Amino acid sequence: MTDLKYTIKDFKSENEVRWCPGCGDYAIMNAVQRTMAGMGIPREKFAVISGIGCSSRFPYYMSTFGFHTIHGRAAAVASGVKAANPDLSVWVITGDGDAMAIGGNHFIHLIRRNMDLNLVLFNNRIYGLTKGQYSPTSDRGVKTKTSPFGTVEDPFVPGQLVIGARGTFFARSIDSNIKLSQEVFDGAAKHKGTSVVEVLQNCVIFNNGIHNAITDPNHRADRQLILEHGKPMLFGEENEKGIIFDKGKLKVAKVGENGVTRDDVLVHDANEPDPTIHMALINMQLPDFPVAFGVIRSVSAPVYDVEMEAQIKTVQQTRKIKNVDELLSSGNTWEVTTENGLTGKDCSKFEFK
Amino acid sequence: MKDAKVIELDEVAIRFSGDSGDGMQLTGTLFSDATALLGNDISTFPDYPSEIRAPQGTVGGVSGFQVQFGQKQINTPGDYAHVLIAMNPAAVKANAKFMKPGGTIIYDSDAFNEKNLNKANFKTDDPFGECNLDDYFKIPVPISSLTKEGLKDFGLDNKSVLRSKNMFALGLVCWMFNRPLDYIEEFIKNKFAKKPVVVESNVKVLHDGYNYGMNMQHMTPSYLVNPANIEKGTYRNINGNHATAWGLLAAAEKSGLELFLGSYPITPATDILSALSERKDLGVKTFQAEDEIAGITSAIGASFAGDLAVTTTSGPGLALKSEAIGLAVMAELPLVIVNVQRGGPSTGLPTKTEQSDLMQALYGRNGESPVVVLAASTPSDCFWYAFKAAKIALERMVPVLLLTDGFLGNGSEPWRIPKMSELPSITPRVAKDAGSFQAYKRDSENLAREWAFPGMAGFEHRIGGLEKNETGTVSHDPDNHQKNTEIREEKVQRVVDMVPDLETCGDDEGDVLVVAWGGTYGHMISTVRELRKEGKNVSLAHFNYIKPLPKNTADVFSKFKKIIVCELNLGQFASYLRDKMPQFEYHQNNKVKGLPFTVNELKQSVYKLLED
Ligand SMILES: Cc1ncc(C[n+]2csc(CCOP(=O)(O)OP(=O)(O)O)c2C)c(N)n1
Ligand code: SF4
Repeated sequence: MTDLKYTIKDFKSENEVRWCPGCGDYAIMNAVQRTMAGMGIPREKFAVISGIGCSSRFPYYMSTFGFHTIHGRAAAVASGVKAANPDLSVWVITGDGDAMAIGGNHFIHLIRRNMDLNLVLFNNRIYGLTKGQYSPTSDRGVKTKTSPFGTVEDPFVPGQLVIGARGTFFARSIDSNIKLSQEVFDGAAKHKGTSVVEVLQNCVIFNNGIHNAITDPNHRADRQLILEHGKPMLFGEENEKGIIFDKGKLKVAKVGENGVTRDDVLVHDANEPDPTIHMALINMQLPDFPVAFGVIRSVSAPVYDVEMEAQIKTVQQTRKIKNVDELLSSGNTWEVTTENGLTGKDCSKFEFK
Repeated sequence: MKDAKVIELDEVAIRFSGDSGDGMQLTGTLFSDATALLGNDISTFPDYPSEIRAPQGTVGGVSGFQVQFGQKQINTPGDYAHVLIAMNPAAVKANAKFMKPGGTIIYDSDAFNEKNLNKANFKTDDPFGECNLDDYFKIPVPISSLTKEGLKDFGLDNKSVLRSKNMFALGLVCWMFNRPLDYIEEFIKNKFAKKPVVVESNVKVLHDGYNYGMNMQHMTPSYLVNPANIEKGTYRNINGNHATAWGLLAAAEKSGLELFLGSYPITPATDILSALSERKDLGVKTFQAEDEIAGITSAIGASFAGDLAVTTTSGPGLALKSEAIGLAVMAELPLVIVNVQRGGPSTGLPTKTEQSDLMQALYGRNGESPVVVLAASTPSDCFWYAFKAAKIALERMVPVLLLTDGFLGNGSEPWRIPKMSELPSITPRVAKDAGSFQAYKRDSENLAREWAFPGMAGFEHRIGGLEKNETGTVSHDPDNHQKNTEIREEKVQRVVDMVPDLETCGDDEGDVLVVAWGGTYGHMISTVRELRKEGKNVSLAHFNYIKPLPKNTADVFSKFKKIIVCELNLGQFASYLRDKMPQFEYHQNNKVKGLPFTVNELKQSVYKLLED
């Protein structure tokens, strides 16, 4: 299969892309298509399932199998797709409203089951398609058309839900960084189990610049920590800053100051089953911390669709019943050998046409 | 034996009744199975409270199981019971209205103490008098103390001892009706294989009950019911929920597809999920979802990926699935939706039967959202209608909604087991030619589109809930929407060519046509037969195909002077018929008590119509 030579074009459909000019969705799609082209998997084995929202228009623009479903339910639809055919590479495309609000229940249960599929969460912290209402990831106090005086509720942090639901893979990327997104998607695709990738996405129309503090080129080095498994958690213009562990908490330190050496800087272990540090990394926010990007967590655990197939195989080997005829005549049956005129339940005799 | 009064009967109905902790459902089921094995036709009706632990000894906590069996065809569990087994006073109170005049009541006299009489809200110490059961044949049996006595050497604690008193009652009833104990013994041995003490004690108590009956025969009438005359073949006892599950399995095998069930537990539909979960040996994938919405959407996903996809539920669950059914309609994917109806609205009467989800099935969605609607009419024919639902869905690329109900789902009857070779073929509309494939290209005859699923090279396409044009591209064109809305409706209407003509039971013309649908069939056919025996010019038209209706429906209706539509709701089918065939006048008989019709009340309504 590795001799498959796809380019990004092979994954673009003929449909006109209808996102607003400048929308972050374009870049994310570009990264997904590049990732797919490089996976060495035949194109017909991809299924892209989305809910409803701007981001969920995604499948129409892909020249794979695609299903644009209903609001919030993409995770559940995709679970059925993967259970039906574990051989497929299944991608769920969803937004923060789609996955965190109406689809919250399906989102956590998908993760708990650890179905082997890849979920890409486009987080623009606003409802795009319905024109700018606050979403479950909008900050407390945010003023929108449905919160003219500011919201009085706290947002979800998607990664926290993932850890809380015993997620095995969580990564964070940002729309503008296609290279990072592609690396992260690649990691997600290779991971066995549910991979959740949160991509910070800019909605130019309703929430323009919401991630600017993080993406601002002048401060990017100080505000982004790009994690790599096995590498120290260093950031800053000169990699002069690092994340250390101090009194049970993460802390930003300057290497060389206050006796902190390179060796004190934490080395990222995405494969650590204990989620404590992963959770702490997910929680890091400006201004005290840089925001963590890259694959934050990737651990192995039993996978639903694999287990389901295996269980069926085991049961089939140990049980006697092999087909429906055998099932129908199993257990308590009896013979009626003398026929006495009555023929079953008249008028309820089943007729086929 | 010469003292024994032996009463020979064509058919007899027995009701086992006690506290929900007394094991009456098991007792009733075991007796029914043993009876069916002897060659009687049977029909059963479990009637249990919705609270698992309603206060012990109260009327609200009474659990009943009625079985009617006979040497002739049995279509209903019986309006009234000849024999009531009452494990406490509350059981007498709850069931007095279901007793046949002059019937027999066997009761656990130990349980008829002041405490229990109070719990059942009796005002005096004469529960039978209070319930107008004076002239019934009453047999007090100290079941609790006899059970204790029989088990005194087993070293069991009091609770375990009393738990087996249902076996005493069962043994006693087996004696009364001449049922051998071997089947029941076998069952106990298998069920408790790992607990020899439980097996021994239960078998002992069962025999004690049987022997008690034999020894007391001078005071107890014994009944003789001869085997029924039924068609040759191999039989088994089956309830509606199992029959549904097995019909789906048969359809999967016939169509060569894998079966996927996405479901969320809800009474009385859960048994379908359990029954299919058992069938990993046949490769079934059951997915217990986080809610009904995930149940159906996972099934829609499985359908998109090429499985025979099913979702099962009951009333409130169907409500939750509405939006997703719309998606299946729009995506034109095959999907079977089973709704085992129960009393509504909201959580209503969870353990009781009703037919009030018909409008929800037909119309309960946003937009013009047509699906095929079928209804099964007996426990065993749930098998056939589940099979047929799958056949229609797969051959016509359309969601099919199958209505059963609590009465069918839990009720059971003997069923002649078919051979798979007797079943018709199922040919899913799987796309073959990648070159000409278009997502919404249709068969010119039946308007079905083709089915192509992920993994099929060259068939890559996108579908979804938005309106599309023929090539599968999203389209907001007004004319296209009008056209497609009409096509989706027409596609369902054309399923009529898979629907057999409506047949009347009785003559093709006459004074009154009784019209009914779904799970009331047994009561309807018994009613019409009795009326016809009385010389009344009455026939029955019973519907299993609701949308589309059989094409000769108007023709059948036109031959009768009067039409009466009988259903367990306030007239939903009648309204539907008025809408579809306004040229006829429809009288109605409606009942919404959470209970099946009785033959008697049905007859009364027809008499009235004949007089008017
Ligand atoms: C059942 C239902 N409720 C509400 C809607 C309306 N709706 C469509 S998209 C959306 C929110 C989308 O927000 P998000 O998931 O963040 O996606 P974005 O448009 O920002 O990409 C809502 C409320 C709907 N389509 N269906
Ligand atoms: S509204 Fe926002 S999220 Fe939607 S397409 Fe436009 S920019 Fe993108």
